[in-house]
Amino acid sequence: MDKFRYLPMTEKDQHEMLETIGVSHLEELFEDIPNEIRFQGDLNIEKALDETSLVKEMTRLAEKNRHLKEYPSFLGAGVYEHYIPSVVNHMLLRSEFYTAYTPYQPEISQGELQGIFEFQTMICELTGMEIANSSMYDGPTALAEAAMMSAGQTKKKTILVSKTVHPEARQVLKTSAKGQNLTVIEIDEKDGVTDLDHLKSEYNEDTASVILQYPNFFGQIEDLEAAEKIAHQGKSLFIVSSNPVSLGVLQPPGEYGADVVVGDAQPFGIPTQLGGPHCGYFAVTKKLMRKVPGRLVGQTTDDHGQRGFVLTLQAREQHIRRDKATSNICSNQALNALGASIAMSALGKNGLREMAEQNVQKAHYARKQLEKNGVKVVTEKPFFNEFVVRLPKPVKEVNEKLMAEGIIGGFDLSRFYENKENDMLIAVTELRTKEEIDQFASVLGGVQ
Amino acid sequence: MNEKNQALIFELSKEGRTGHSLPELDIEEMDMDELIPSQHRRKEEPELPEVSELQIVRHYTALSRRNHGVDSGFYPLGSCTMKYNPKINEDMARLSGFAHLHPYQEESSIQGALELMYKLQRSLEEITGMDQVTLQPAAGAHGEWTGLMLIRAYHEANGDHQRTKVIVPDSAHGTNPASAVVAGFESVTVKSNERGLVDLDHLREIAGEDTAALMLTNPNTLGLFEEQIVEMAEIIHEAGGKLYYDGANSNAILGITRPGDMGFDVVHLNLHKTFTTPHGGGGPGSGPVGVKQDLVPYLPAPLIIQDKDKYRFDYHIPESIGRVKPFYGNFGINVRAYTYIRTMGPAGLRKVSEYAVLNANYMLRRLEPYFDAPYTQHCKHEFVLSGKRQKKLGVRTLDMAKRLLDFGYHPPTIYFPINVEECLMVEPTETESKETLDEFCDAMIQIAKEAEESPEVVQEAPHHTVIDRLDETTAARKPVLRYKKEA
Ligand SMILES: Cc1ncc(COP(=O)(O)O)c(C=O)c1O
Repeated sequence: MDKFRYLPMTEKDQHEMLETIGVSHLEELFEDIPNEIRFQGDLNIEKALDETSLVKEMTRLAEKNRHLKEYPSFLGAGVYEHYIPSVVNHMLLRSEFYTAYTPYQPEISQGELQGIFEFQTMICELTGMEIANSSMYDGPTALAEAAMMSAGQTKKKTILVSKTVHPEARQVLKTSAKGQNLTVIEIDEKDGVTDLDHLKSEYNEDTASVILQYPNFFGQIEDLEAAEKIAHQGKSLFIVSSNPVSLGVLQPPGEYGADVVVGDAQPFGIPTQLGGPHCGYFAVTKKLMRKVPGRLVGQTTDDHGQRGFVLTLQAREQHIRRDKATSNICSNQALNALGASIAMSALGKNGLREMAEQNVQKAHYARKQLEKNGVKVVTEKPFFNEFVVRLPKPVKEVNEKLMAEGIIGGFDLSRFYENKENDMLIAVTELRTKEEIDQFASVLGGVQ
Repeated sequence: MNEKNQALIFELSKEGRTGHSLPELDIEEMDMDELIPSQHRRKEEPELPEVSELQIVRHYTALSRRNHGVDSGFYPLGSCTMKYNPKINEDMARLSGFAHLHPYQEESSIQGALELMYKLQRSLEEITGMDQVTLQPAAGAHGEWTGLMLIRAYHEANGDHQRTKVIVPDSAHGTNPASAVVAGFESVTVKSNERGLVDLDHLREIAGEDTAALMLTNPNTLGLFEEQIVEMAEIIHEAGGKLYYDGANSNAILGITRPGDMGFDVVHLNLHKTFTTPHGGGGPGSGPVGVKQDLVPYLPAPLIIQDKDKYRFDYHIPESIGRVKPFYGNFGINVRAYTYIRTMGPAGLRKVSEYAVLNANYMLRRLEPYFDAPYTQHCKHEFVLSGKRQKKLGVRTLDMAKRLLDFGYHPPTIYFPINVEECLMVEPTETESKETLDEFCDAMIQIAKEAEESPEVVQEAPHHTVIDRLDETTAARKPVLRYKKEA
């Protein structure tokens, strides 16, 4: 193949252009690259495919996977399959959105800017916070950035993070902390929630922030009121990571005095796609507005007093402040933020509550059915849409059995917790039908 | 473009409207108070809009019409590689077998995804000349930080704790110094010479025992190839430092030269630039990192490996810097990039770079008589002009950028790199036709004439956009960052 549909250059064009440049061969334009580092021959990569063969090959790869539209799944653990209204994809395919860069020229980027301004508003509404940025890479990196911000703000060096926070988020946090020479101390879990006595005993004048997840990694609802009191004994920040769907029924972290609320908006209209791209969000109190990482959209007016939107408070950012910036983030997840806004608009106030309540209802129904089938349930305290069961066998084995029955089982907690050898974390969203839950419970009940 | 001011979606809201269709609750409803005690439950509902499906469609369609993308018109935004985003990529990423996979599924149930990731790793290793690639970083800046953390781990493993400085050229992208600081280094600047290239004498002066790394973009952000790269690599390696390649914009080098062969130890790529994945109005992207053998032991887990006829995750990296991102990177973006690589193949990728460079040089030579061109040598995939001449006439580069909006173009990058006065940075890419380049050059030439003959036309631009220049000062002084329903 030597014709490429994305390359409009013709021989005639090439000839004319070289003439204007004043060289006779294209090669001459590369003469500044020393010979010793010139690549010789062809790159050893797979050969080009015509469009039809390409689709065939990509379809072959896709069909080697078992996906969530084919098999009912009880996996959650930070990534959730929810109802995605059809409009979300249709609107995201408006190419004026997806083929645009960051809105540096506001006069021709009002659509994107307004869309993000609306996203910021929705995140504020959900979390009960005053300021939200335009998005971060994902929940865990947003959490790590929040911790780094807390160290910068308080000039303190220790981060206290509960073991009930997503294990991968804690891993990202530790890597980030190493970069900034901060200490991360993990607070024990007790009965599926943060051990507040342990938190109290670790808290001291060097604590930059206290981080909890709500609902936590096991699905349980943490006592934010008590944790906030501990976090705010001194000058440290109280950071809460939250699944935004749960905030359709739960008291928002802002109401409990959180200084920063982070999380991932993936459950709103964003496909799971093997874990990314998702959509981190980052919300703070007014006091922290100028410390926020990433881009912020603000409302203003033009010469004629007409409302418009711009990127603002850019003096925080790397392209202005370079080594003094609040973060190195540049590209974020703008398109997914737009997708999440479209999903939130479709749900609306009532739809969000209904969806969140259905998650609570179905998860509790599943818990009841499992108990009825003789499965040992570990989770006793209030939970949102996830809970833990203890099986007589390793989860991996049980999941193989479930897969044979056409079900994708829950998450194997032994991957991250030594003391949870046969524990499975089960997520139940509004998408699971009664029939699917009953079948799941009966298979699990049959495991000896 | 749409002329009318577009209401906020909140302003369209009316109590009782819905835009969704949730499944019916097919179990017997339980009392919420018994499931979650009322003290944990929300007292006040969030003000999400109540709108119908058609209202949503009209709203976002109207917003899209107030936005300019590559599909709308020419977008020569330097350093951003605004090339065509192929439609087939979007289709492939949306196949259910890719879009609806859960990251915690068993390996045996995601073999196709693992195969794709493995092959993408291998392709990027070949293209960059590196030994191992990780697909985890989410974007360019994230890749930079990851790469610098690897370099830090390497030095620390050698007991070289005194290597605290990262050298960055004055022309570098802002994320370079910012990432250096986030990785715990101090960033020091190396000067450029009058040819726009790194000043080697200065580099020799500042490289030493405290050097952790030199971060370099090549071609640099002025669009010029650092001809003395081999000498630079020697200086840094002799000082005991590592070479970091900011490959965000690799559009000039595909199949022509490889960072690995130039002497670089670490490289990141922006798949959302060179490899056609869309920018999405600011993201999501993907920023894979490639390293030479001596840095492999520090990579974040997991890598994807081939094990006979199967593919699996390799979590066994004992000296790893740790996780940089949950799961396995921005898989959905990586699917698009892989689709693109398979579309172009080795010959196609080489043509991409040849034509990107040809287009840029052509435009440079057409525009050179009308603007100041601070560097005269052949450029690579992009070039810079200076608006110094026009500034003397009272017309700033910002004004010329705004005037371009009237012609239906997205302006070039302006005021970057920071070491060029009144800078305009133009990157045409290989996917634009000669006709488009000519029309754009004609518009630029007209603006240069206007600057001389009727400067107010430029100073008061834009004249044909949905909104005029916005008051950015007030936006920053009295920030309004969210909508609030009037009480
Ligand atoms: C040269 C260079 N380096 C790094 C970056 C940062 O990439 P990202 O926005 O994906 O973080 C960019 C893009 O803006 C760039 O042009």
